[in-house]
Amino acid sequence: MSGPVAAVRRIGNLVTEGVWRLGFAARFFMLVLLYSGQSLRRVHLTIREIYFSGVLSLLIIVVSGLFVGLVLGLQGYETLQRFGSGDAVGVLVALSLTRELGPVMAALLFASRAGSAVTAEVGLMKTTEQLKAMDMMAVNPIARVVAPRFWGGVIAMPLLAAIFTSMGIFGGWLIGVVVIGVDPGAFWSQMQSAVDFRYDIMNGMIKSFVFGIAVSLIAVFEGFDCHPTAEGISRAITRTVVSSALAILAIDFVLTSFMFRGTS
Amino acid sequence: MAACDRFATLAQSPGDLILTRSHESPLVELKGVRFAYGEREILKGVDLVVPRGKVVAIMGGSGCGKTTLLRLIGGQLRASAGSVVVDGEDLGQVSRERMYALRRRMGMLFQFGALFTDMSVFENVAFPLREHTDLPPELIELLVTMKLNAVGLRGAAHLSPSELSGGMARRVALARAIALDPMLIMYDEPFAGLDPISLGIIGQLIRRLNDALGASTVMVTHDVHESLAIVDHVYFVSEGGIVAQGSPDEIRASTDPFVHQFVHAEADGPVPFHMAAPPIREALLGGRAA
Repeated sequence: MSGPVAAVRRIGNLVTEGVWRLGFAARFFMLVLLYSGQSLRRVHLTIREIYFSGVLSLLIIVVSGLFVGLVLGLQGYETLQRFGSGDAVGVLVALSLTRELGPVMAALLFASRAGSAVTAEVGLMKTTEQLKAMDMMAVNPIARVVAPRFWGGVIAMPLLAAIFTSMGIFGGWLIGVVVIGVDPGAFWSQMQSAVDFRYDIMNGMIKSFVFGIAVSLIAVFEGFDCHPTAEGISRAITRTVVSSALAILAIDFVLTSFMFRGTS
Repeated sequence: MAACDRFATLAQSPGDLILTRSHESPLVELKGVRFAYGEREILKGVDLVVPRGKVVAIMGGSGCGKTTLLRLIGGQLRASAGSVVVDGEDLGQVSRERMYALRRRMGMLFQFGALFTDMSVFENVAFPLREHTDLPPELIELLVTMKLNAVGLRGAAHLSPSELSGGMARRVALARAIALDPMLIMYDEPFAGLDPISLGIIGQLIRRLNDALGASTVMVTHDVHESLAIVDHVYFVSEGGIVAQGSPDEIRASTDPFVHQFVHAEADGPVPFHMAAPPIREALLGGRAA
């Protein structure tokens, strides 16, 4: 009898703890927005975080974008050629990247590289009482530490997604035009006529902006909320990567269903 | 140089100056303070006073609520009952803005310094000045140099916190804590883990800086001998309340069993060596006859 009761109790605990954390995260998000004015006024703090989150993520974004483009070009040409549409490989690469792969892959990489680093940094500051010390010096840690990191991530994310997409298209061109020999005129002109700036590119950018908010919020929240021990930081980093990945995929599905529902 | 310090104080927000109260009242006064972490009650009606200009130590065993008391005085925690009054302000009633205005006039030294690891020693000490004043960079540099000189680490200004020993890190944190010439300096276990030389240096700095700045000091510690050499008054905390208090001489001469055990580091006494448990015979023999 105690087995099922204990199981129900555990489930109940998990649910209430989950709801509590969700509420705490929502309140935390409100505080970050509330104190964002202070950090945005001191723009050098945010620029520093754009550098750490964005510029230092460039290598992985550029290399991954290039390889994703190369693979898309290869696979796309292979399939399109069967239907006599090998020239359309540029369209396939561009649409895949601008609408989906660019924002999603860049966000996943951003969560792994920059999100985990932000969680570790904020978590370590909490563990070594740096956040408490700041608070005791009458400096709000959310305004001074959290908000700049949050906005740094939000601003860097769409830029990284754009760079990822551009590198992917370059990779597709390398494979399609340089290696396979697709006509460059057909490659670029078909892409130009098929890709719509507002419908494809802007929607992709909106997606990456939303992913930036989600990943940055998860990263700073997990760092701020972590248990102040080495194990606590480790768990917080894991939660950042896992929660970010799940959030990105779930948000992507929701946004895609609104943005690209049954239209060309 | 002293003029620079005064200027730094005046450069704080005008609202801070309004906080200055009568110098006759104690700087810190706790009355009937109770506090619990969840169901576990840590403090059960503590009365404590920190007179202006004095160095007061709060002593007691590990986990007795010393640091909790310090956090209550710093406004990091709120008492569940009773009042914590700092410079005439009841911390249970003040807004966050008012609390921050008060904290600009407090300095706190954390147990391990809590230096900002992404900043140099110089930047750490300059941090409160940059955050709370509009002083020109040249004056900030001057003030930081003076503060670092006061703790004997002017030569370490360019180092990063990771290059400092434990004692040096605490001295830098002390320089940071006094950057804005606070009215109240709080120390959380300032002597923990230090070698004898660093321990002596920190002890002397605590006394000297308190007197030089005209500040008041609250120090949480269990280092009896070093503390009794520098403090004006000692409170002993045990089982959620103040069990003894007095001047260092009174404490040394005390016949109170708890104070005697604590001061003379006796293994057994009012604080028992053995934690409450079933009799050893029962534990070893499982209830069988010997």
